[in-house]
Formats: sequence, structure tokens, C-alpha cells
Amino acid sequence: MTLPAEFLQYPWRRHGMDHDRYPFSNLFERKPAAWPEGAKVALWVVPALEFFPLNPSGKPFKAPGSMVTPYPDFRHYTTRDYGNRVGIYRIFKVLDELKIPASVAFNSVVAERYPALLEEVTRRGWEVIAHGVDMDALHYGGLDEAEEAGQIETALATLRAASGQPVTGWLSPAKSESFVTPDLLAARGVEYVCDWVNDDMPYAMQTSSATLYSMPHSTELSDRQILIDYHFSEDEYVEQVQDAFDCLYAEAADHGGRVLCLPVIPYISGLPYRIRALRRALEYVLGHEGVWPATGRDILTEWQRSQG
Amino acid sequence: MMRDPQLYEFWPYQGRPKITWPNGARIAFWVAPNIEYYEFDPPQNPSRKPWARPNPDVLHYAQRDYGNRVGHWRMMEAMDKYGVRGSISLSVALCQHHPEIIQACVERDWEFFSHGIYNTRYCYGMDEAQERAIIEDALKTVMDATGQRIAGWLAPALTHTERTFDLLAEYGIKYTCDLFQDDQPQPIHVQQGRLISMPYSLEVNDVIAYNSYLMSPRRYGDILKMQFDQLYEEGAESGTVMCIPLHAYLVGHPHRVGPFADALKYITSHEDVWVTTAQEIADYYYAHYYADTCTLLGMTPGEART
Repeated sequence: MTLPAEFLQYPWRRHGMDHDRYPFSNLFERKPAAWPEGAKVALWVVPALEFFPLNPSGKPFKAPGSMVTPYPDFRHYTTRDYGNRVGIYRIFKVLDELKIPASVAFNSVVAERYPALLEEVTRRGWEVIAHGVDMDALHYGGLDEAEEAGQIETALATLRAASGQPVTGWLSPAKSESFVTPDLLAARGVEYVCDWVNDDMPYAMQTSSATLYSMPHSTELSDRQILIDYHFSEDEYVEQVQDAFDCLYAEAADHGGRVLCLPVIPYISGLPYRIRALRRALEYVLGHEGVWPATGRDILTEWQRSQG
Repeated sequence: MMRDPQLYEFWPYQGRPKITWPNGARIAFWVAPNIEYYEFDPPQNPSRKPWARPNPDVLHYAQRDYGNRVGHWRMMEAMDKYGVRGSISLSVALCQHHPEIIQACVERDWEFFSHGIYNTRYCYGMDEAQERAIIEDALKTVMDATGQRIAGWLAPALTHTERTFDLLAEYGIKYTCDLFQDDQPQPIHVQQGRLISMPYSLEVNDVIAYNSYLMSPRRYGDILKMQFDQLYEEGAESGTVMCIPLHAYLVGHPHRVGPFADALKYITSHEDVWVTTAQEIADYYYAHYYADTCTLLGMTPGEART
């Protein structure tokens, strides 16, 4: 056997990254971030409101949370819808009681189907993040560029019109992108993207138009990863959030403000037996001096200000 | 294809000649950070896709990149704190991509061994010339960047051919981390030269513990201590080797680094622990136990090649 010659050729073997989106940067050698009132950790809670079609194309893969059984999978369809009808209201209540503003990621289809949910977010003055059209409209390498641009425009236009907000944050469904997603987003007024889980802090990305910022939307500390993918208990979820917070809080003394991002899915964390775990995790964090609960937009603004 | 790779002799764990590590230590302890580069848009090996999703798999690419931007520095701080030098399983292209990381490791006198060019370039299907090319590339790249001659090998993404171990010995590689049959070093059959297997342990590898066995960060810290306790006890009879293989993109997260650091604290607080590197273990083993073990097992000891 012989591999094609291409397999031993390395055209991007050079200093820095093997693409032009961003330069390499050691987190611990950067200019420290400064948060309002000298806060050490910004707490960024990001609920996601998602619509999973009953008849997904699964192209090019099924997003996590998508239908599982042969059609019609009412079981998973309604399980996901539970989050948008019931679970999210439990999460709203916890966040209200703890006075935590959220950045809520919306599939634009959810805003159209359930305008009451968007109203809950806008009336609180929370941030709306665009989360694509729905969980079966993925962005991926091989997707026609015009089609992808259309998906982005549909999502942004719908959410901007319905919320009255500029909607400058973006979370791709399943954090899946094509080679040009950041270019398409930046050209349409998106200022930050949540798909790149390579950092604990914001950083600047190059695009074909404006600078786009990557925000540290966590996968490792998401309720999906900890409770569903890893099968950990609710107590372990709380422990892992505590341990992460303790590490970031300690680092802030030497390295400047940090970000603790907690993505929450209402059909996961909004279950009756789980909602108290979310509350306990948040209460632990808020029990410390120097915690700043904030939206993604505010975190990015303050980060930019402190970077000069 | 072979039914039995015939890489080594069966050698029961009981009744072996006693190994004693330097200064009477009963356990040789080493830590193997895998410092890897996964490519954004790699070509696809016919036998294995580089990413679960179509290129660019932004989510999983970024997940790996976290190790180099963020996780590595936390992991290294924990190792510094407890006086543990790393023996790095290196995607050698990292010498070009991130010399900043290489330099920090050189300053700490860490060892570099080869983990292939990139962890998205697999050896399945390589002909002999191609496999020689990546070994020669690794030797030259690491020598140029660090002045070190690599002594060890862990195949990229654990992908091999039938001739991998013969080639490693021919190029003077002293040890391989690719074989998991033992908790002590052991001579490996090769056509020429000599080679030993170095205990590396997939079972306490963080990527296996977290992502295959679904262990929590705190449980991972616990199993490292339990692994140590048993090997430390057995080391009184004959010296054992414990390795912690790591990936900064996992262990370097804020919720994981604490329990790992706690395990290092526990292990290094014991007497008679030789906190060392893989090459130092290999050199000591060759100097004191290799020839006698070959004789005992009916193998012809190979000569060192340089």
C-alpha cells in the first residue's frame, strides 16, 4: 500500500496557525481584562432556545438533540418542545431570583413560532443571540455559499425585527461552520461568534470584512456535555462548575478578569429534578465577591475597553 | 495480516528478577503530555476520517487548539509546582507552529519524543519509504528545534503498520509507548537494533478516562492516586513504572486541572519515587536490566544504534 503523495505534504506547516483566522496567543501572556468595579469573574449564562424539526434532513449530520427514532419521532420532538414550554420558565425564574441577566440564543424559527419567548427576553432587557434558523439548518463545509448567506440573513433579519435589538452575537447550530461562516457573519453586522471553543477569553478573528470576535462559549461546562454526554449526576454538575469557577477566580488575581460561561439547554437543565442543581451552581458563584453577571455583549464591550 | 504480531515474549508478572530504580526507588514516575497539532483542513487517509464532521470541523478543531492556547500553560504550572518534568509526546509540526510552547518546555529540560508530524496524519496505508520519511522528519525537526535526539515514539493517533517497530529500532529509537502489555519495560522483537516497550498506560490516559470511561475530573484525580498506591506497593518487590499520559486540551480546563494537580501532589509527596522522564527510565533499564532480561527470555540482545 502507498498513500497519495498529498498525505506527506504539509502546505500550512509554518509559524502560527494552519489558517488565517487568528494568530496563536498564550492566554497567560495577554494584557489582562478589567471588568466593572474590579470584578474577577464575569458570569455569562446562555440559555439556548432551539427547534428540532420532526423530519430532519440530517445534512450533513444530525445536530445533538435531533430526532432519533424512525419517523415520526414524537418522543424526541415533544421532549425538546418541553424545554421551550416548561423548562425555560424554570430557568427564567431562577435567573430572575438571582438577578442574573442572560444572553439567550434563539433559532429564528423559535422566535417566529413562540413570540412569547422572545418577549420574555426583550422585556427583561436581556440579550438575544442569533442561533441560526433551526437545528436542521446547519452551516458546514460543502454548503453552497449563497444558501448559507441566505440562512444567516433569514436568522438575523427575523430576530432583529422581532426583538428590536441589533443582534450582534451568533451561535451556529451545533457549533458547525463552513470555511466562510465568519466572513458571512461579519459582513452582516455580527460582532461576535460563539462556536470556537479554543479559549477562556474573547479574542479577535480576521474575516474578509470587519473584525469578528470569538467569545468563550463553553462546551466543556455545558449542561449537555456534563449531564447528557458524560452522564454525570446533578451533584457532579454543581461540583464541576464550582471547580471551574474556583480556578478562574484564583487566576484572576494574577491574570485579570476571567469569564465563566454556562450554556444551559431548557430541556436538560429545566427538568424538575435538575433545576435546583443549576440554582446551586449559580448561588455558589454569586456567593463570592467580585462576580459580574453579564450578557455576552457587555462582556465583549468591557473586554474591548480594557484592551485599549 | 498477522494473527499474532509476535512483538514480545510471554513473561508472567510473578517471579521476575527484581528491578531497583536509582537511589533505591521502587517506582519510576513519569508524565507524558501529548502536545498535539490537529489540522484545520487535512487530507483524508483512506482508512480513517480526521474529523467527525466535514472539514472544517470548527468545534473539534477549536477544542484541540484550546490545549495549546490555554490548557498547556495550566498543566505546566501544576507540573512545575510539584517538580515534574514532562516527557512530551509531540506532533513535531508544533516546532513550526508553536515554537513558544517548545521553548517553554526546553527551558524546563523536558524531554521530546515523537508523536508523528500531525495528529491528523495517520500511518495506515503508508509504504516503507513514507514511514521512513516521517521518522526522519521527526528526528530532524526535533533536533533542529531543541537540540534533542528523540529517543521515543508514540505513533500519531496510535496508527501503525506492521513494520513500525523494526523501523524505529533501525533509526535508533530506544523505546516505544505504543504497546500496553505491561507495567514494566520489556524488550521488543525487532529485525535489527534494539527496542523496549515503555509503560505508558492508556487506562489512566486522560482522554480515555474522561471521554471513553466518562470519569469526572475528581474521579480521574482519585484513580491516579489509586493507580499509584498499587504500583508503589508492588514496587517494593520489583520496580514498577507509572505514567500519566495527558492532553492539555482536556486536563487543562479550569474544572479539571485542580484534581490532577492534587494527584501530582500526592504522588510526589512519597519517599522512594523516582520522578523522571521516559528516556531516563529507558537508559537506566538498558544499562542494568535489558541484556539479562533478553537472556532470560531467550532473546538475542540487540546493539544500540545511533
